[in-house]
Amino acid sequence: MNPDPQHYYLLAAFLATWAIHGTYLAVLARKYKKIRQEMEELRKSS
Amino acid sequence: MSFFSITRATLEKDIRLEWRSKDAINSMLYFALLVVVIFSHSFSPTAEESRRIAGGLVWVAFLFAALVALNQTWARELRNQVLDAYRVSPAPATPLFLAKALGNFLFVIILEALMTPLFIIFYNLRAVGPTLQLVPIAFFGTWALVVNGTFFAAISLRTRNREIMLPLLLFPFSIPAMMGMVNATTAVLTGEYSARVWIAMLLAYDVVFTVAGLYLFESILDAE
Amino acid sequence: MKRGISTLAVLTSIMLCLALYFALAQPDWPFGTPTERTMGYVQRIFYYHVPSAWTAFLLFFINLGASIVYLARRSPKADIVALVSAEVGVVFCTVVLVTGPIWARPVWGIWWDADDIRLQSTLIMWLIYVSYLILRRVSTSSLTAVVAAVVAILGALLVPFVFFSIWFYRTQHPSPVIAHGGSLDPHMAFVLLFNWAAFLCLAGLVCWTRYRLEIAKREVEEAQALESLMETSR
Repeated sequence: MNPDPQHYYLLAAFLATWAIHGTYLAVLARKYKKIRQEMEELRKSS
Repeated sequence: MSFFSITRATLEKDIRLEWRSKDAINSMLYFALLVVVIFSHSFSPTAEESRRIAGGLVWVAFLFAALVALNQTWARELRNQVLDAYRVSPAPATPLFLAKALGNFLFVIILEALMTPLFIIFYNLRAVGPTLQLVPIAFFGTWALVVNGTFFAAISLRTRNREIMLPLLLFPFSIPAMMGMVNATTAVLTGEYSARVWIAMLLAYDVVFTVAGLYLFESILDAE
Repeated sequence: MKRGISTLAVLTSIMLCLALYFALAQPDWPFGTPTERTMGYVQRIFYYHVPSAWTAFLLFFINLGASIVYLARRSPKADIVALVSAEVGVVFCTVVLVTGPIWARPVWGIWWDADDIRLQSTLIMWLIYVSYLILRRVSTSSLTAVVAAVVAILGALLVPFVFFSIWFYRTQHPSPVIAHGGSLDPHMAFVLLFNWAAFLCLAGLVCWTRYRLEIAKREVEEAQALESLMETSR
């Protein structure tokens, strides 16, 4: 594949898409961890 | 008590309070002048250009003036727990909304009436098209901003950042209305095309959102 | 339930990989996709841009439905569906708004076409739903769900006006028409639909995950509130 400058736009678009989805999934993962910690604390204190 | 008598009573109360204190009125008048001056220094078009862009400038200025006016409306109700008293009373919520919206409308129309001659002076404006159309444009356009603004101001009352939440909600909703107002005004100023369809669209927008606001306001007011 | 999610996760991963292959495959590769004549290789962004748009609108539509159901029945599940669909919808909508200009620039020479109805209305929907999510976050009311549902319904009422205002503006100020493609080659149609199916699986997976997270979060909040209540009464 010749590195046509247009290819960079394609790459940028696909990377951006996955960066956006990835960021959201990372946020969800962090929230999951926090919830699991809080559930543990509740279980211990009860 | 009928719907209209409650509306009128609430509206009269607001006007009387505003007239007696005059705090909001005076600062708003001066604010209106300052806005026009700032705009005239930021955008200095030629006479030909100014007819084309004045519509946008004027309505953006009106939008920000309306924002400042709207932020004040409900704050007064909160101060003496008037809102709670109202909620406990058997009076329905809808006339309260209508009265607030009408009060805001009067306030903003007065501001616009003051700012308009200033804009005409600073920008040397002269309308080429049918000037009389500017009246329905001003009325329908202002009501479009005010009816949604009053509704969203009520919603913003119970949020952490009250003053910023109002524009966050109002601005996206106002975009089609702003297009209507700005294009209609530009049509009248430049005389290049007809403003009629935009005026009709503004009227439709007003009807839809007034009915929706009246219908949904009760749910909002109860949200404590 | 757990097995359902795992199956969906595996299916989604496979479909996304396949979809990406189809989107990028040159015509001479096995199962390749033809390259568009006028736009060239960059056109393939369209396989991500368009399905993301369809998915975002579907999610916003689900949000509208859930908001109406919530106002009618005050069912907490409807409220969670509304929240989840709004969040995931905003994510997909962001993808649309980012890939759109990246596609437009090399193909039509401009980043943003102010007269493009679809682009503008997507932007406004994005704005409304971002404000919706911020409202949900900063609201101190105990009936946030009601207020949010009302905002969603008002947003739906706005959509026809957005379309009309931009459409009518274009009739009064005609601009050079930027053709958005006419008929679609059947191979390309297949790749487009396949990518959409893959993104729907992804949306389903993410929504499901977010839904369960929200349920867990509310249960924890309730338990925490109950615990602090019991401690103060002790």
